[in-house]
Amino acid sequence: MSKGGGDKRTGVYAPAVSAAAGAVLEISGLTVSVRGEDGERPVVSDLSLTLARGETLCIAGESGSGKSMTALAIMQLLPWPAARIESGTIRLHDRDRGDMDRRYIDLAALDERRMRRIRGDRIAMIFQEPMTSLNPVLSIGRQLVESIEAHTDLSRAEARRRAIEALKAVRIPEAESRLKQFPHELSGGMRQRVMIAMALALKPDVLIADEPTTALDVTVQGEVLELLRDLQREHGTSIILITHDMGVVAEMADRVVIMRHGRMVEQGTAADIFSRPQADYTRELLAAVPRIGTGVGRQKSAEQKSVEAEMPGSVAVVNDLHVRFDLRGGFFGQVSRRVHAVEGISFSIAPHETLALVGESGCGKSTTAKALAGLVPYHGDIVIGGRNLAGLGRDQRKAVRRDVQMIFQDPYASLDPRMRVGDLVAEPLLIHGIASKEERSQLVAALFERVGLSADQMELYPHEFSGGQRQRICIARALALRPKLIIADESVSALDVSVQARVLDLLKELQREFGIAYLFISHDMGVVENISDRVAVMYLGQIVEMGTRDQVFSNPRHPYTKRLIEAVPVPDPARRRPRFARLDQEIPSPTRKIGEEPPKLALKDVGNGHLVAVS
Amino acid sequence: MIAYLGRRVIQSLLILLGVSLITFALLYLLPADPVRQIAGRSATPETVENIRRQLGLDQPFFIQYWHYLTSLLSGDLGRSYIQRSEVTELIVSRLPASLLLMVGAILCELAIGLTMGLLAAVRRGTATDQTLMVASFVGVSAPQFVVGLLLLYVFAVRLGWFPIGGYGTWRHLVLPSLTMGILGAGWYARMMRSSMIDVLRQDYIRTARAKGLARGAIIFRHALPNAILPVIAMIGIDIGIFMGGIVVVESVFGWPGIGQLAWQAIQRVDIPIIMGVTLVSAFAIVLGNLLADTVAPFIDPRIKLR
Repeated sequence: MSKGGGDKRTGVYAPAVSAAAGAVLEISGLTVSVRGEDGERPVVSDLSLTLARGETLCIAGESGSGKSMTALAIMQLLPWPAARIESGTIRLHDRDRGDMDRRYIDLAALDERRMRRIRGDRIAMIFQEPMTSLNPVLSIGRQLVESIEAHTDLSRAEARRRAIEALKAVRIPEAESRLKQFPHELSGGMRQRVMIAMALALKPDVLIADEPTTALDVTVQGEVLELLRDLQREHGTSIILITHDMGVVAEMADRVVIMRHGRMVEQGTAADIFSRPQADYTRELLAAVPRIGTGVGRQKSAEQKSVEAEMPGSVAVVNDLHVRFDLRGGFFGQVSRRVHAVEGISFSIAPHETLALVGESGCGKSTTAKALAGLVPYHGDIVIGGRNLAGLGRDQRKAVRRDVQMIFQDPYASLDPRMRVGDLVAEPLLIHGIASKEERSQLVAALFERVGLSADQMELYPHEFSGGQRQRICIARALALRPKLIIADESVSALDVSVQARVLDLLKELQREFGIAYLFISHDMGVVENISDRVAVMYLGQIVEMGTRDQVFSNPRHPYTKRLIEAVPVPDPARRRPRFARLDQEIPSPTRKIGEEPPKLALKDVGNGHLVAVS
Repeated sequence: MIAYLGRRVIQSLLILLGVSLITFALLYLLPADPVRQIAGRSATPETVENIRRQLGLDQPFFIQYWHYLTSLLSGDLGRSYIQRSEVTELIVSRLPASLLLMVGAILCELAIGLTMGLLAAVRRGTATDQTLMVASFVGVSAPQFVVGLLLLYVFAVRLGWFPIGGYGTWRHLVLPSLTMGILGAGWYARMMRSSMIDVLRQDYIRTARAKGLARGAIIFRHALPNAILPVIAMIGIDIGIFMGGIVVVESVFGWPGIGQLAWQAIQRVDIPIIMGVTLVSAFAIVLGNLLADTVAPFIDPRIKLR
């Protein structure tokens, strides 16, 4: 197998047919094109690769690299009629034929009826979104059994037995009673396991996993990856793993294919790709990956620190914040249960400072942000710029809130598609009645320049920008009112790593320039280590650990923090983690009956302001 | 579930109370005088006053309403001014015919509408899709008396397949049911199409395809139950539209249901009958909605009744 050297511009290698005696899948010269407004455009160009029996091949790349289209082309599930295979062959080794000449079936040339027999039976696939990939109106059992029945002659009872076995294989506790459950009754991690069980129930030769852990929490991701590796060892399944996350690649891959703009940029063994990347793009990609514990986090100059020391007070102080949501039930719709989203958390943020709130979905980090921005009702004290919001009237509160702005996660959904981006950025100024029309447009032009866009782009509409550019527009909008605090709620999570790195750099620059404080909310520990000064770890609505970045990352004290940091895949195949400990139960729910208060965690200072919950 | 039903029944009773009050008030404010209708043009003023006192129509509004309400609670809808018989009896004798027509119409519209919508969604963008959508548009926009007369002309007068009017055999039922069903079928076809197209785009349909399921299984087992949910909620609302249509269609086909009863009563300002028919219709609508809401959780396990 070629080691990924040679001409990186073409980067295409003839499939090593002779060497691939053990190959289960061979793609050669695959071109997939999509018909758009301006004619057909290739999304995968002249791609050739082979997949050996029992190996894990990672196809990595950023959005638009054609990695998912490749997967769908193999399954013949390309979105019809827009996309089609223009040329090339996808040859699957036919285990039923001994005859040398006819040992391969070309999937690209198969009709729908014969392809249907391959899907699910010989090649199975799991997808990114476990929340939407299972049919909500059919029970887990029904969905498992039907896929077994579609490819075997087993009786209903035997198929059921196989389904239970499959659920046990993916370590789902109480497999038998799970069959009656519906997808909405399971957590995201459990659903992804059901998907894996469904895919592996018929022991396929090839499993295609398209971003299987991207939508999952990091600790759940660790468990699911572990499971995939175990199952591969047991069954000898070949896996094509599609991902944008170089950490996952390092963790899982035997071999790696890097794709960009529909073309293969480089391929090689995992060790080679990470230690001796040949193509410039691969090097850029690896450089952009946020890493924990490599010291790439920012260093503050002594000068800056002294400035901070002189700064009087904090930008925002949160004291004993509670946010609870009532759930109604019973005959008269009275409150019967409460979601204890945020349970008495306290923190403060100084000017020039970035406080990161980390935790997994449902831990209350976004709710905290919403309370701070005045988007949900709360109990407790929120003091901004020395003024407690609780004691203020509507107008005063509006004035104080000017100092707090938000940047959201999804740059596609957080900009009104019918407004020009210039008007979107000017809107906060308009709402607060600041500046005349001409001054406003000058201000907005300056903001555009500042965030790395040009002033003549102000007349365009949001859909004319890429995801990274849109997030810059959101940042410009947040900056318009010269806030003292910007809340960034998963603001870089939806961006590709290279774009993510540039947006993070912009945020840091703006902080140096304007002295803005950030409340940075993220589930991504790598990003958090890169940007934060202090870190607060949240679990079930409470803070379990808080301290400086170094205190939390180099000396995590609370077991949950340790687990969270351990779960992050390290983007270096040489440093693969030992087995990741599995939790037997899921994270408990923050919903409680009325009168049943959750236990309060007390924080203890273990030295230099490093706070850890003791229970 | 029981708490839910209990609450819904109480809500329904309040709705019926409101409907009765509003209808009663509107009829009270009506410029037409029911007593004149009963007494005839040549009656003396004393006769008119006598009848008015007899019927209690000289009482203030709230007293009249109170009397109506108290007798309603004992199941008495009053006596018809003109027909000289109990309203309850009149309605009970005519209700089966109307219910039969309604069932026929619902079956027609579901059968036609859902099939059209499903087919159009599966063959999206083709000539079939376009033809079906034009047809559904015609169905939605054609007035019922026109559709009724057209069907009568073609299938009864010209072809002679079905009787021109009346009540008795299944043949009598076909044309009126179709007339009423075509309007709803047009709506359902459009709704089903867009709902189905939306569902076919979902991730779980891609999963079903990736499992290697046959096309039929994907459409009928995976897509249809998801796509039909908004349509079921519609059926409840639909009964209200039927109640309006039934007056027209029963007149066109000479169908002896409550629609015809209402039509005659309105012409002669026969207030007890109008009140009775209105209450029965309101009850049907409330019941239809309740049924639709109760059925939904059996199709979609995510829906919980509370």
